[in-house]
Amino acid sequence: MDFQLTEDQRALRDGVRALLAGRFGPEALRAAVARGGRGLDRTLWRELGEAGFFSLRLPEADGGVGLGLPEAVLAFEEAGRVLLPGPLVATHLAAGEVAGAATGETVVTAVYGGLVEWLDESDAVRDAAGSTAGDGAAGAVPLTSVDPLTPLHRVPGGLPVDPPGDASPTSPAGPTGPSDPLATLLTSAEQLGNAARTCEAAVQHARTREQFGQPIGAFQAVKHLCAQMLVRVELARAAVYAAAVTADPMDIAAARLLADDAAVRGARDCLQVHGGMGFTWESDVHLYLKRAWVRTRRGGPATESEELLADDLVAGAGR
Amino acid sequence: MDLTYTPEEEEFRARLREWLAEAIPALPPKPSPDDWPGRRAYDLGWQRTLYDAGYAGLHWPLDAGGRGATPVQHLIYLEESEKAGAPYVGANFVGLLHAGPTIAAEGTASQRARWLPPVLRGEEVWCQGFSEPDAGSDLAALRTRAWRDGDDYVVSGSKIWTSHAEVADWCELLVRTDPSAPRHRGISWLAMPMDAPGITVRPLRTLAGSAEFAEVFLDEVRIPVAHRVGAENDGWRVTMVTLSYERGTAFVGEVVACRRVLGELAHAARGNGRWDDPVLRRWLGRLNAEFRALWRLTQWNVSEAERTGGVPGVGGSVFKLRYSHARQELYDAAAEVLGPEALDLDREWTRDRLTSLSYTIAAGTSQIQRNIVAERILGLPKGR
Repeated sequence: MDFQLTEDQRALRDGVRALLAGRFGPEALRAAVARGGRGLDRTLWRELGEAGFFSLRLPEADGGVGLGLPEAVLAFEEAGRVLLPGPLVATHLAAGEVAGAATGETVVTAVYGGLVEWLDESDAVRDAAGSTAGDGAAGAVPLTSVDPLTPLHRVPGGLPVDPPGDASPTSPAGPTGPSDPLATLLTSAEQLGNAARTCEAAVQHARTREQFGQPIGAFQAVKHLCAQMLVRVELARAAVYAAAVTADPMDIAAARLLADDAAVRGARDCLQVHGGMGFTWESDVHLYLKRAWVRTRRGGPATESEELLADDLVAGAGR
Repeated sequence: MDLTYTPEEEEFRARLREWLAEAIPALPPKPSPDDWPGRRAYDLGWQRTLYDAGYAGLHWPLDAGGRGATPVQHLIYLEESEKAGAPYVGANFVGLLHAGPTIAAEGTASQRARWLPPVLRGEEVWCQGFSEPDAGSDLAALRTRAWRDGDDYVVSGSKIWTSHAEVADWCELLVRTDPSAPRHRGISWLAMPMDAPGITVRPLRTLAGSAEFAEVFLDEVRIPVAHRVGAENDGWRVTMVTLSYERGTAFVGEVVACRRVLGELAHAARGNGRWDDPVLRRWLGRLNAEFRALWRLTQWNVSEAERTGGVPGVGGSVFKLRYSHARQELYDAAAEVLGPEALDLDREWTRDRLTSLSYTIAAGTSQIQRNIVAERILGLPKGR
């Protein structure tokens, strides 16, 4: 057992980080916000395709990179760090199935949790079962997305707005079918990157912002907020990476709960550390929080994951 | 990233599992929690059994009489021992996890020869004389004073929260040998025989009702200078060696235990109808996620320790923070499953719930751990 990144995995992570820093830095992020979630950057999408972002797990014989889930998770963590917009998970999962998805020529979106991201900008829509044959987004209605970088449509007959109040052991899957574990895992990796970035941003701010004659990071109240952010990040990291190695549905469900927790609470704590500045549109903090919120819906209701893990306790006590 | 074990590690696990399956049924009956002499004999007996089978001091270096096992082998040992229901380290905790490793790392050849074998063989029990009434979390504020008198130190002062003091043979004692030095620099580490004249042990009753630890009063106790481990006034550094071991490996078996308890809780809830409550059920599901992740973090930290030569780092603070709170929540959930019976002190889960309250205090409070994480990992400035 050596549950640490290999040299190759570190190199891959650093490579993706460098690519994204050059291609989607803070200015590009702000430019995308200014476009108001319209006009997905197709050039960037093709560049991601060329770099192997979408074909990462396709066998080399099929023109892919031939790597596995752990590597995909590292790449999606980096995408999460910089808030890279677009239906990245759906296109990645469509590589090899939908022509042009692997190379980034085709933008593929999907119905997750009763919602479709970037519908107007996409060329194909996958349903929850991974099929693009039917029209999974028929009759989809646009809604005013809370995240300025993720346009959303709601699918009729999708999961109800309010969670079901029944007491059956497992939640009903709903008309959109059960959530796709791979999509959930890659989304968790994005949440992990989101959480790691807001932790860094909070620490950076706490080191430099002075009040009462010293950096606010010297105050224990602020210090402890930051420490708890890191604790959530590190626990989510262990869970997400382990789920990538095992691809076990229970590991994925656990990773999802911890990564959502780290991303959402991390962004809120980051906003708190930034004080009044954190509540402005100019600060990037709200973009991280809103994206984290959007991603929490992709794996279905959190209660679905909790029920899965509860069933697991009964099925295999003491494992 | 690899979570599979090597053939050697799997073989180690298989042999250990086989041995545990034979050794555990042969154990004598467990003594009651308040029977201290009984507990001492039971814990030492198990240590002797481990020694005879070649499993004593698994993670200790070879030249200290240990087995020089890798961190991964130690992880397997703790995992399998807990799964098999082996006794806890108990009274041997300080000897095996604090004092022993410290003496192994910092002691002279004769000190190692004198103190290490009896710990491994299950012949001597150690306790920890670190905390004082005015020096708990602020350990460097300790005031117990030691004067040189010929070949002896003469020690006066008092210690508190000393587990197993009543049945210990030795105490790893921190004393102030230079009151004029900066507070971290005037401290020395001594091995104190617990039968020396001038020592008074007064048991302290915990909120769980048991006499889990004690106050120790020292009135001009003479301790040979030869019992000092490390240089005079260098005890703080020596102590930090000890504490890193405590935070690095002390909780591995307990995560395994918590996962077992969680499974038992689910079955108990199914049995008494509480499982039909979706709120409770999902709470247990979330705790499952929590302890699965804590186990993964354990594997992550152990792998890191293996790569860096086995010394646990400050990452242990990250683990300890989340684990100690999760464990308390686990027993809060147990109380929900038990219902009215959660108020019955004869129920094991009720006693465990009470005991779990110490986890966010012992071995460095959560507040201290957060300072460590913030200052040493995140690099935030020290407070005033």
